Amino acid sequence: MKRIALLGMPNTGKSTLFNRMTGGAARVGNWPGITVELLSGKILLGSDMVEIIDLPGIYDLHGFSDDEQVVRHFLHDNVPDLALVILNTTQIERQMSLLLQLKQLDMNIVVMLNMADEAKKFGISVDVAKMSALLELPIFLLSAKYGSGYPEALQAITKALRYPTPGMAEHLRSQLEQDEHIETEMARVLQHTVQIPARLSDNLTEKLDRVMLHPWLGLPIFFAVMYLLFQGIFIFGQPLQTGIAGLFAWLRNAALAPLLSSLPHAVQGLLLDGIYNGVATVAAFVPIIVLFFLFMAMVEDSGYLSRAAFLMDALMARLGLDGRGFVMLLMGFGCNVPALMGTRVMRSRAMRLLNMLVIPFSLCSARLQVFIFFTAALFSAKAAPIVLFSLYLFSFASAILTALIFKNRFKNNEPFVLELPPYRFPTLRQMVLRGWLEVRHFLRRATKFIVAGVVLVWLLTHLPLSAAPASADTWAGMIGGALHPFFAPVGINEQLTIALIFGFIAKEIVIGALAVIYGLSGTALGSAIGQQLDWVQAYSFMLFTLLYTPCLATIATLQSESKQTSFTALSIAWSLGLAWLVSFVFYQGARALGY
Amino acid sequence: MPATTLAALHPGDFATIVSINAEEALHLRLLALGFRTGKQIELIRKASFSGPLQVRIGTTDILLRRSEAAKISVAKL
Repeated sequence: MKRIALLGMPNTGKSTLFNRMTGGAARVGNWPGITVELLSGKILLGSDMVEIIDLPGIYDLHGFSDDEQVVRHFLHDNVPDLALVILNTTQIERQMSLLLQLKQLDMNIVVMLNMADEAKKFGISVDVAKMSALLELPIFLLSAKYGSGYPEALQAITKALRYPTPGMAEHLRSQLEQDEHIETEMARVLQHTVQIPARLSDNLTEKLDRVMLHPWLGLPIFFAVMYLLFQGIFIFGQPLQTGIAGLFAWLRNAALAPLLSSLPHAVQGLLLDGIYNGVATVAAFVPIIVLFFLFMAMVEDSGYLSRAAFLMDALMARLGLDGRGFVMLLMGFGCNVPALMGTRVMRSRAMRLLNMLVIPFSLCSARLQVFIFFTAALFSAKAAPIVLFSLYLFSFASAILTALIFKNRFKNNEPFVLELPPYRFPTLRQMVLRGWLEVRHFLRRATKFIVAGVVLVWLLTHLPLSAAPASADTWAGMIGGALHPFFAPVGINEQLTIALIFGFIAKEIVIGALAVIYGLSGTALGSAIGQQLDWVQAYSFMLFTLLYTPCLATIATLQSESKQTSFTALSIAWSLGLAWLVSFVFYQGARALGY
Repeated sequence: MPATTLAALHPGDFATIVSINAEEALHLRLLALGFRTGKQIELIRKASFSGPLQVRIGTTDILLRRSEAAKISVAKL
């Protein structure tokens, strides 16, 4: 199968183009020569299936950051039949250097000048035909976001793939001294083909930044935006969640229970109280997850995250991190795994490790489910969003504490130089695609972990069959009893202990596990837990859930990214220790105060 | 046309880059972002609490710390 590699600098809309080409049907795969996973998708071009690989965005082919090495090694060991080079038209004067570097490799190249819509707004005009002639490369103007120019570009790609691939030159590591030649070449091409107005006028970005990056208002506005965002998720998401939970309960009583009534009692229990209750309780959170990722995608694609890095860098510098580290923490609110992989842009290993130690404290969307469930069960509708927000503050506080404690062990002097893109407004299509990808990811996890998890929980809480379900005589009861001395001082009972053990695999299982343990689902489960626990116990449980190891996937990523078992062990031990300590101090403190 | 460093400029100041005195890795990153001798640069704003600077070169806005900006000599316009 022919192979197309997408290449370009960061912030060129490479991923947007990739999503448009593959329609979101991408998979993660391993490639020879490199240790990281890359997104790829197969599409039909003309009459052939071709594979498109999204390579990490790089500034410089000859650089030595992890991403730049990944791209070089990939090209070396997996010579693509076609390199699709994406340049941001608004920044063409400096992005052309990467194109010329790639051109020196004698690859089969098609060039996409992306963000044609923005360039037009800036008043930048490009003589594509002339540039194409000067560079002797096929060049196309397009907007990956809105799709204009896309069909023509696709045609050219199909055509270019028909030609045989020239052999890739081995002088891949040719020194940057050659850039002198590149600079004159660049000046020659640009001078003849591109017109840029003397002063750029993106009034909207200027005006917004005057407020958003205001010396005194910037930070308060940032926290207000975040607060409103999470408040919004709660307000919109919770009724949806309750509605879907009700629907699942109705379906069970109206259809499933009568249908399965002829089966043996134990099998019925496994199917209904085990798998159905567990999965239904977790599935009810899908709308919240979708909403969460829609909001995150809006913030991420708008360019506001770079502003957050600007605002927070002064604080992060005192923690031995930088503004990018803060952005990774925010990304970790979605899922810790991509945030951990995002640290690859950092050159200094010490800073990367410190960031990776801090990121697992980000309150990810899986943990959010647990907290939404518990806050709804134990707190008034008025108090619930504030309780939730306090958990986000705890998440930040433990990240800060961790950085302060470990910053001397991971000392570094990594420079902080970052591009600030203009504000962009994501299209509906982009947001829907993003939401859909997240739901698919969630459902995939659901089939992998959650079903197996809830079945295991059901077995543990019902075996041996002679014991009363979920009583102290079952296997689960025995495990809970054995761990009781460890969890009693932090106010976590045996049932919750079992849920925590399964939460080690994935936090999505926690609520499903509780549904199975209590034999209830949805609202009924909430009120049962609400009657059994007081708010101090529940909050202590939430603190523990927030701080201890996020999930197996995070541990696996820590290991594969750090390639150092002692570091992974340190991360697990530190988060477990901190979880216990914080819960202990909170629980005993609250009890001592008479709550 | 007094020579100074980028870190010493005030918001709204324009300057020309005279030289970049950074170590290899940082130098390459700065080159890739458009920092070149003779280019015009504008300081847009400075973050509070001694935070980073926002500068503009051509069509690109860049954030960098004051310690990095101090390695870039400029001539104020």
